[in-house]
Amino acid sequence: MLVALGLLWLTFGIYASGQALWAMLILTMGALSLYVYVSSRTLAWRYLFPGVMAMLVFVAFPLVYTIQIGFTNYSSNNLLSEERARGYLLEQADVNESRAFAFTVHPDGKNVRVVLAPQGEGAPAGGYISPPLSLTGRIATPVLMQAWAGEQELGQPYTLRQIIERRDALMSLRLTLPNQSMLLYAGLHEFAAFEPLWQGQAGGALKRLADGVVYQPSRDTGYFEDAQGQRLQPGFKVGVGFANYARLFGDPDMRGPFVSIFIWTVVFAGLTVLFSTAIGMTLAVLLNWEALKYRTLYRTLLFLPYAVPGFISILVFKGLFNQNFGEINAILDAVFGIKPAWFADPTLAKTMILIVNTWLGYPYIMVLCTGLIKSIPADLYEASAIAGAKPLTNFFRITAPLIVKPLTPLLISAFAFNFNNFVLISLLTDGRPDYLNTKLPAGTTDILVSYTYRIAFTDAGANFGLAAAISTVIFFLVAILSLANLKFSQSKDQRKGGH
Amino acid sequence: MAVVTGKSQRWRIAAAHVGLWLLIAVTLFPLLAVVSISLRPGNFATGSLIPTEISLEHWRLALGFSYTQADGVVVQPPFPVLLWLWNSIKIATISSLLIVSISTTAAYGFARLRFRFKSTILNSMLLLQMFPVAVALVAIYAIFEAIGGFIPWLGIETHGGLIVAYIGGVAMHIWTIKGYFETIPTEIEECAKVDGATSWQTFYRVLLPMAVPILMVVFVLAFIGTIIEYPIASVLLREEPNLTLAVGSKYYLYEQRYLWGDFAAAAVLSGLPITLVFLAAQRWIVSGLTSGGVKG
Repeated sequence: MLVALGLLWLTFGIYASGQALWAMLILTMGALSLYVYVSSRTLAWRYLFPGVMAMLVFVAFPLVYTIQIGFTNYSSNNLLSEERARGYLLEQADVNESRAFAFTVHPDGKNVRVVLAPQGEGAPAGGYISPPLSLTGRIATPVLMQAWAGEQELGQPYTLRQIIERRDALMSLRLTLPNQSMLLYAGLHEFAAFEPLWQGQAGGALKRLADGVVYQPSRDTGYFEDAQGQRLQPGFKVGVGFANYARLFGDPDMRGPFVSIFIWTVVFAGLTVLFSTAIGMTLAVLLNWEALKYRTLYRTLLFLPYAVPGFISILVFKGLFNQNFGEINAILDAVFGIKPAWFADPTLAKTMILIVNTWLGYPYIMVLCTGLIKSIPADLYEASAIAGAKPLTNFFRITAPLIVKPLTPLLISAFAFNFNNFVLISLLTDGRPDYLNTKLPAGTTDILVSYTYRIAFTDAGANFGLAAAISTVIFFLVAILSLANLKFSQSKDQRKGGH
Repeated sequence: MAVVTGKSQRWRIAAAHVGLWLLIAVTLFPLLAVVSISLRPGNFATGSLIPTEISLEHWRLALGFSYTQADGVVVQPPFPVLLWLWNSIKIATISSLLIVSISTTAAYGFARLRFRFKSTILNSMLLLQMFPVAVALVAIYAIFEAIGGFIPWLGIETHGGLIVAYIGGVAMHIWTIKGYFETIPTEIEECAKVDGATSWQTFYRVLLPMAVPILMVVFVLAFIGTIIEYPIASVLLREEPNLTLAVGSKYYLYEQRYLWGDFAAAAVLSGLPITLVFLAAQRWIVSGLTSGGVKG
């Protein structure tokens, strides 16, 4: 019950802050959970609810939300909603120098009094004085000033240094004059009236008070624009339809790097699976050879790359491959007298990535194949031994055909995993070396996911919309792979059922 | 099976041994190198693989002590490795506990109770799990930024938010536990029901005590999975004292400030326990592997 009340309170808070959509979402979830745990007809769902909810909120919802962001111009320039962007602009204010007052701070017992004196030529006579204030911490309430012409004796004014010490408190002061105008801190010597730069107009437009130019909000571009198309910063978030996709596939500056990155992603994932399968399967077959001693020891040692946390081994390789300090170049230098630039040359960088990923990946395939080979009936090999078959014949006639079917869906998952192997690229090369002369930085070793990450989180502009569009493309590719995978495993199940 | 061993067989065995040892040498080289580098003085000395001079300077820094060089300069630890390790362990422990409790109850529902759309939900869970988190990072960032606006301790730069984000990855674990529950005969639970136990009591008092081993396994799997998780953590956490090990470690190897030796010590310090846990849990992990999980 308390939880329900808490949720209700939260919902109200969110609704009050103008996020009706989020409030609805939370309200629905709350109502649903209440129903599930109170109603007697939903016994099964009491057990399923937390797990299914967690998956919906943190796995399914981000996917849908990503697709939605892909159709907007969400970026660091267009971060806020239209209302909040307008609110931000309306808060902007300028100092009015003609209505500035010099200020002094005088001690008054334990407290202080702030005295304002008119300044500048032709200033009106007469100053103002504040009631006794305690200049500690932030002062939230407006301070009402009184007219003052030096009627009473005040202590010596504070020196500049004493004022600097109390600057935080002074900066939070809002001084209201008897004529209701508000003065704010405007430097170590003066308080001044701040005047807003913008005025809200009907229909959400903004008028610049200085020259009367009206900026209309454009729901197509996501900016406030004047008649000439001049834009105000910040813009706001709007739907842009397929603009991100048009840019991705239509704009030659984008398409070039995008296509090369796509090709490299496929090559990278494909070759990784190929190499690790070649090594892993060979090892599995070898380690299944009963004539070989110490097989358990070998298996444990060869399994090690899989046991070490990925982020550590990838960084270890990053250090080992370092051109000047790395151990690998030290060895190559000693033996062959060469020092390859693993991180500066695109081809070498790609080679390095493949070497590292094969190292990381083969134990997985080895373990898979070992399990699959164990399930092959031994009498098949006995029969082939009687027929006088050589080991290679055994492998290509018995082992390979029998494990290829169950292995295929697992290899497809491995391909899909490496297709999105963000951790490896991000930690090893970060996509570098970059292509020259591209509009958005793009790396020769970037794969699609790491490219997306760079567009969204590292490079100037933080173009979330474009990044989400690329993510959506990746979704569809992964979905196709997953469906292919499902089909493979299902046809396998059906065959099992048929027997 | 009895197969006659000829001369060629012996040659082949010898060749296999040599080949395997060569491969093991290549495989273990990076791991041994990093141990030796962590014991070698200086941050970019290229020396022999077996260090001629053992120095514990990097280890002192990794453990959070300062270190005085021969010329009297005091070197402060470059990064709070132990704090990062603590962050990692804290986040992994809490989220693994939550994952275990959530997936256990859900697995009970899927294994024992009847309801509509059961197989649809199970299959869509599997499909959902195939989408890599790294692709939805933008949305995850935006979601947690929005949540953080209302509940500050669940927003960006908080461990609470990261823990909550990890709870989404329960599908694999639900499948594992469900498989185990299905191997336990239902008769015992039916007896309990006859004795008047409610559904929750049968689950909590009867089934759960029998399932402790699998819960341990799932806990270890979830623990390792969250400790090595990099993409979400790198998006949600940016400030140095907040980082987890997986995110923090890369700061050692910046081009401008290349702390190779210090990194090596920190890597061995933090990697060794995880590796040992992984090797200990290897048997169960391997059986889980064949059902389609891939490690990052």
